[in-house]
Amino acid sequence: MNWARKDLLGLEELSKEELELILSTAESFKEVSTREIKKVPALRGKTVVNLFYEPSTRTRVSFEVAAKRLSADVINIASETSSVKKGETLIDTGRNIEALKADIIVVRHNFSGAAVILSRHVYLSVVNAGDGWHEHPTQALLDIFTLKEKLGRVEGLNVSIVGDIAHSRVARSNIWGLTKLGARVTVCAPKLLIPPAIEEMGVTVTHNIDEALENADAVNVLRMQFERDGETAFPKQLEYFKEFGITEERLKKAKKDIIVMHPGPINRGIEMSSAVADGAHSVILEQVTNGIAVRMAVLFLVAQANEKIKNENTH
Amino acid sequence: MKILIKSGRVIDPANKIDAVMDILVEDHKISKVAGHIKAEADKIIPAENKIVLPGLVDMHVHLREPGREDKETVGSGTQAALHGGVTSILAMPNTTPAVDSVSHLKIVQDAIKKGGQANVFICAAITQGRRGQELNDLVGLKKEGAAAFSDDGASVDSDAVMLEALRIAQKEKLLVICHSEDRRLSCQGVVNLGLTSTRLGLRGISAESEYKRVSRDIALAKEAGASVHIAHVSCKESVEIISRAKKAGVKVTCETAPHYFTFSEEAVLGYDTNFKMNPPLRSKEDMLAIRKALSNGTIDVIASDHAPHTENEKDIEFERAEFGVVGLETELAAAITELINNNLLDWERLVRLMSLSPSRILGIDKGTLSPGAAADIIVVDPEKAWVVKKEGLLSKSQNSSFVGRSLRGFVEYTLCQGKVHKWNS
Repeated sequence: MNWARKDLLGLEELSKEELELILSTAESFKEVSTREIKKVPALRGKTVVNLFYEPSTRTRVSFEVAAKRLSADVINIASETSSVKKGETLIDTGRNIEALKADIIVVRHNFSGAAVILSRHVYLSVVNAGDGWHEHPTQALLDIFTLKEKLGRVEGLNVSIVGDIAHSRVARSNIWGLTKLGARVTVCAPKLLIPPAIEEMGVTVTHNIDEALENADAVNVLRMQFERDGETAFPKQLEYFKEFGITEERLKKAKKDIIVMHPGPINRGIEMSSAVADGAHSVILEQVTNGIAVRMAVLFLVAQANEKIKNENTH
Repeated sequence: MKILIKSGRVIDPANKIDAVMDILVEDHKISKVAGHIKAEADKIIPAENKIVLPGLVDMHVHLREPGREDKETVGSGTQAALHGGVTSILAMPNTTPAVDSVSHLKIVQDAIKKGGQANVFICAAITQGRRGQELNDLVGLKKEGAAAFSDDGASVDSDAVMLEALRIAQKEKLLVICHSEDRRLSCQGVVNLGLTSTRLGLRGISAESEYKRVSRDIALAKEAGASVHIAHVSCKESVEIISRAKKAGVKVTCETAPHYFTFSEEAVLGYDTNFKMNPPLRSKEDMLAIRKALSNGTIDVIASDHAPHTENEKDIEFERAEFGVVGLETELAAAITELINNNLLDWERLVRLMSLSPSRILGIDKGTLSPGAAADIIVVDPEKAWVVKKEGLLSKSQNSSFVGRSLRGFVEYTLCQGKVHKWNS
């Protein structure tokens, strides 16, 4: 199996084989971070630009660390400090970055589809670091990588995703990735936070947290974005914790070795209790570590594919 | 100047004609339609194996002048119309300023006098600034030449204001055109609500936001005894509501646009903003319901909702991009390709949908090939296939859903007021 895409825009368009290739590439990169000298020369001489239109620490730092461990040069652009403030369009910004002879743009944007649109206008590689409510492919990949590492497989697992599914790019990417790899996915949220027709994406819907935890091999708990409050009907924080919060009590009724994931940052006492976040089931910090290996794999694969595309075009 | 159109298949439902005939045009008017016309003509247009129709009448066009001449002008828009076989259009009032007073109407009339290449009728706004609050001087606007009234792009939210407008319309015999959308339900949506909006992570516009307002507009029209025309019908529930109202005797007519019978919401999945319009492309089921309603007569009119936008306003993030697509130059070919070639329509019904019915609804003297009528005639090669290309469009804007698509049916000649335009591509 060869990776042929110059971009990673989402998991919806990937095949099972492509997903498996990213995961196995990530496995081989994971070891790099345990070395004394945590660096390989895979992307030496390449430039990676982190173009972030939304505040993000976790994802941006993870991409930066991943690129540096591959020996790439990294430039960070945040919308607050760039020409975006002066009204430059995403496409113009992308073209300017291309003119600087960068090789990869890692883009985070508040509009759904931004990475897709950018990729149509530039020859360099585009990696989607989260676009609106659409997709956050590397987050889902690191979630799946962690699942596989912990439970030994993905196929046949029962995975529940709990939280604001409607406004979550993490949920969408996880649904695509997990279902393609043969996991059974349940989404759990208050009715208003479940988007229409989501069953047609191959998931089961429940509004009952105990039902979501029953038989689950893993539960992926999304951040409740209460900063959105006012825009959509949102439950009150305490009420949400009472109805949907993950507690030790609730986990007692679940499978003994259930794993608990969270893309971070956690609202302790809202999505889950502190005891759960720091407890034996939690793999939250391992997710962060795995994020580096997954992003190294993605950066490596897209750079390699784009190199090949360029060579083919010049010959 | 005499022009003779020779041996084309002439289709003119108003005069119950569907036969191979000649048409003689004299002094910009149709002088004779008959089997074999022997006349000394200054120009002969050969039309063997071609279809000869009354010029199309598109009752939903945005010309953008005054205010947004970078998108379209009266000149470029009417040139695009002629290219598509459209000889008469109804220009919508959402210009800057809006056509909400006699003085603003005059601005548009002047622009038409200067730049108009086709017949342009003007739709004036119902309310001040199209804000849905204070009624315009509908009677005065009508007297000065407004052909219909609509706040197109917006719906008149207040039942009281809409009812009052319809009462005046009933009394003064005006036509009100409804952009039926309840913004409380469609609020900030950009694509159809459903699997597509979920997959794309975009806010959805429910079918409910359309059909509930269609229902209300029909109820108010019934109460006032007025005629209403529902613009751009896109979903099956609207079709059902309109069909029931027609059977109950309400004076309601409606239109749909080529994109609603050609595409469904899946077309948006690549975030291509040339499929972003309002109402949005709906489900496949809705698209099939629209086709059926065109076929069975529930839908009266095909209109393009020609909405030109610059590349700067379209080739950007989906949520920020403007709603709307151009359509004047592709509507006939789209109808031939999708409807005639799929046996959903015959030519007679197509002429009704795209020429005769809109003329009757607007009460204008168009849509026929009657002797004495202005020579608005088109000659169409029904078999010729062509690929829609941006650079082939005469509109100032190229935001077409049909770019790259192969269509069948090509307008070879457009005669507008007897002036001959020949098209090669």
